[in-house]
Amino acid sequence: MTAMNMVQAINSALDVCMAADPDVVIFGEDVGYFGGVFRATAGLQKKYGKTRAFDTPINETGIIGVAVGMASYGLRPVAEIQFADYIYPAFDQLVSEAARLRYRSAGEFTAPLTVRSPFGGGIFGGQTHSQSPEGIFTHVSGLKTVIPSTPYDAKGLLIAAIEDNDPVLFFEPKRIYNGPFDGHYDRPVQPWAKHPAAEVPEGHYVIPLGRANVVREGEAMTILAYGTMVHVVAGVLAEHGIDGELIDLRTLVPLDIDAIEASVRKTGRCVIVHEATRTGGFGAELSALVQERCFYALEAPIERVTGWDTPYPHSLEWAYFPGPVRVMEALKRVMES
Amino acid sequence: MSDVPESEPAAASGARRSNQPALVLHVPEPRYRPGDHVDFSDLALPAAGEARRPDIAVDPAEIRDLPYSLVRVIDPAGKAVGPWAPRLSAERKIGMLRAMLLTRAYDDRMYRAQRQGKTSFYVKSIGEEAVSIGAAEALDPGDMCFPSYRQQGLLIARGWSLVDMMCQIFSNEGDRLLGRQLPVMYSAKQAGFFTISGNLTTQYPQAVGWAMASAIKGGRRIAAAWCGEGSTAEGDFHAAMTFAHVYRAPVILNVVNNQWAISSFSGIAGGEGTTFAARGIGYGIASLRVDGNDALAVHAATEWAAERARANHGPTLIEHFTYRAEGHSTSDDPAAYRSAEEPPAFPLGDPIVRLKDHLIAAGEWDEARHEALIKETTDEVRAAQREAEKLGTLSGTRFNHPFESIFEGLFEEMPWHLREQQAQMLREVRAAGIEAVKP
Ligand SMILES: Cc1ncc(C[n+]2csc(CCOP(=O)(O)OP(=O)(O)O)c2C)c(N)n1
Repeated sequence: MTAMNMVQAINSALDVCMAADPDVVIFGEDVGYFGGVFRATAGLQKKYGKTRAFDTPINETGIIGVAVGMASYGLRPVAEIQFADYIYPAFDQLVSEAARLRYRSAGEFTAPLTVRSPFGGGIFGGQTHSQSPEGIFTHVSGLKTVIPSTPYDAKGLLIAAIEDNDPVLFFEPKRIYNGPFDGHYDRPVQPWAKHPAAEVPEGHYVIPLGRANVVREGEAMTILAYGTMVHVVAGVLAEHGIDGELIDLRTLVPLDIDAIEASVRKTGRCVIVHEATRTGGFGAELSALVQERCFYALEAPIERVTGWDTPYPHSLEWAYFPGPVRVMEALKRVMES
Repeated sequence: MSDVPESEPAAASGARRSNQPALVLHVPEPRYRPGDHVDFSDLALPAAGEARRPDIAVDPAEIRDLPYSLVRVIDPAGKAVGPWAPRLSAERKIGMLRAMLLTRAYDDRMYRAQRQGKTSFYVKSIGEEAVSIGAAEALDPGDMCFPSYRQQGLLIARGWSLVDMMCQIFSNEGDRLLGRQLPVMYSAKQAGFFTISGNLTTQYPQAVGWAMASAIKGGRRIAAAWCGEGSTAEGDFHAAMTFAHVYRAPVILNVVNNQWAISSFSGIAGGEGTTFAARGIGYGIASLRVDGNDALAVHAATEWAAERARANHGPTLIEHFTYRAEGHSTSDDPAAYRSAEEPPAFPLGDPIVRLKDHLIAAGEWDEARHEALIKETTDEVRAAQREAEKLGTLSGTRFNHPFESIFEGLFEEMPWHLREQQAQMLREVRAAGIEAVKP
């Protein structure tokens, strides 16, 4: 075990996969020699050579398109899109191609590729370095979507994603690359080293896709979250002494519906928290599922805490970010009704 | 290790050609990496005055040599030579020099402001000032610019207010963009300067569309776009080229080849064994390759392309061959990926020094006036910064704009769901005792 931050854990996952399987190749903008603008691929070109870890032209369509082609040959490409905000040019290759290769060729061709991309706000990145586009992809049939919230999970989930035989989008909450963030932007940043989930095994391990993690057991309400928001919610529960049950979904597609149902049946209340915009966001799907499956157990309307339905502002990012105040207001509302 | 993944059918394994060499993947590598000694003496750069200047009505098929040549005007002695030497008054050339010095001083101050924590991000254009300023001086004030984030020189050359620009950098009360955009993502419609996107090359087809609109309406104004050589890889570049050619759009498409994207060199953008100007040949677009550190060459090429566009002869692609003298932005350290010897060794020189040397050689300038102009422009920037900072700087805890402003202006009229969210936000922040409007 070594204390790792999330970037180091991701790097370690890539290292483990590249060492174990010569068919794993990694590429993207600034990924090769430099090791990625967030350093997630640092040292891998040196270790595995330029044909397994390389820089690409600045063309996201091309990055995903060649990943699909390589995957159809039999490689396991791990492509990086530098910021999730820049994934849109690759939309067609993901949605019409990667997602459907297996289905439309009746299994003749598959696309076992992983797309890693930093997402989410909280770094004063303005509207094009802050977005959370996961809901756009969870809407597409044929793509898996994974979002880790700790170094330990990041490594185990990324290995599972790379070993998975279907295309997986792996969104990395960049605000928590270097430390968990409870949403109090005016307090000093905590490093990962102090967090138990920063203890990461050096070798191979897998966290199966499709399994949520109950971060904290409780009775007052169920809170469904993922990525950075897991830490924001945990902070609110601790600070206000609320006995909420916090579930880190970890994988959005396929979703751990059993964990959600069991928890909501127990608590009778449900709050859904994500940083992405509200309308048509993944929270809407979660809310529909809980309503459909747990209606008779519910004692209060389901609450959603999300980013506002606007672009991510630069200077007012803390007015946009669904921080502790907004989470607490929602918890109060479900407790009071 | 087998060369064939297990999933690959045996019939396709290449066994039939087992006596041929195995395939290898080529991954371009720059000549120099950190620690390397740099020598560019073999870089073939045509001399000033060498490239021919065709008529503006020329058929692009007649000038397929120019994308591989280099339009240069200022020779090593500072003389303006050859058919591209523009006939510019001393006053206009000094105006260009002034705009370049002002841009450099501005970059220097804003970069330092970022380092002092007054803003989140900054992008310098040091070493590339001639690209923007040479072009701005050759375009008409009404021509529409679709820049990337490194063309602050356009605004400065068009006389735009430095205070206004700085307010955007500081996301402060004076920021017309209400703190919404990342620093350097200016928008200045009055200056003919399109709102900058963070997403690379999206402005390219937009510039073509604007130019098409000008033609549809029988207007007189033309458009110009800029992107880096790295950005030419994006699909939008190629979409723009196709549309520009098909509709003979009155547009100038500029590629600023400063040799580096972030950490990747021009070879990763597809520059090995060819030039970015040569992209235009396949599209049937007139294309020029220009010494981007030669303000007079940039001016001449832009003027040629502008006249061509105005005379309905269609688009021009211009590659500006230049060098990014410092980091990509405040977020990176070039020492991690390129040799520290590269910037001073790159054989194009400093664009400011080159224009200054030319003016001195022409008897239109001297060292004392140059020093005075440096001081004047530095003072001007300092004074502007003092003004701008009175309206605030970026801070994580002091808000320069009302919270509710983030909902405004998304749509022309605010729909119910945004009104609800806006009201909810104000309720929640008030309940928490946060001052939602500026203290
Ligand atoms: C669609 C998109 N992909 C990736 C990025 C991230 N990015 C920002 S600048 C940059 C490098 C651009 O290099 P170049 O076009 O050569 O312009 P330069 O910065 O050298 O002026 C990259 C990769 C982006 N902003 N947009």
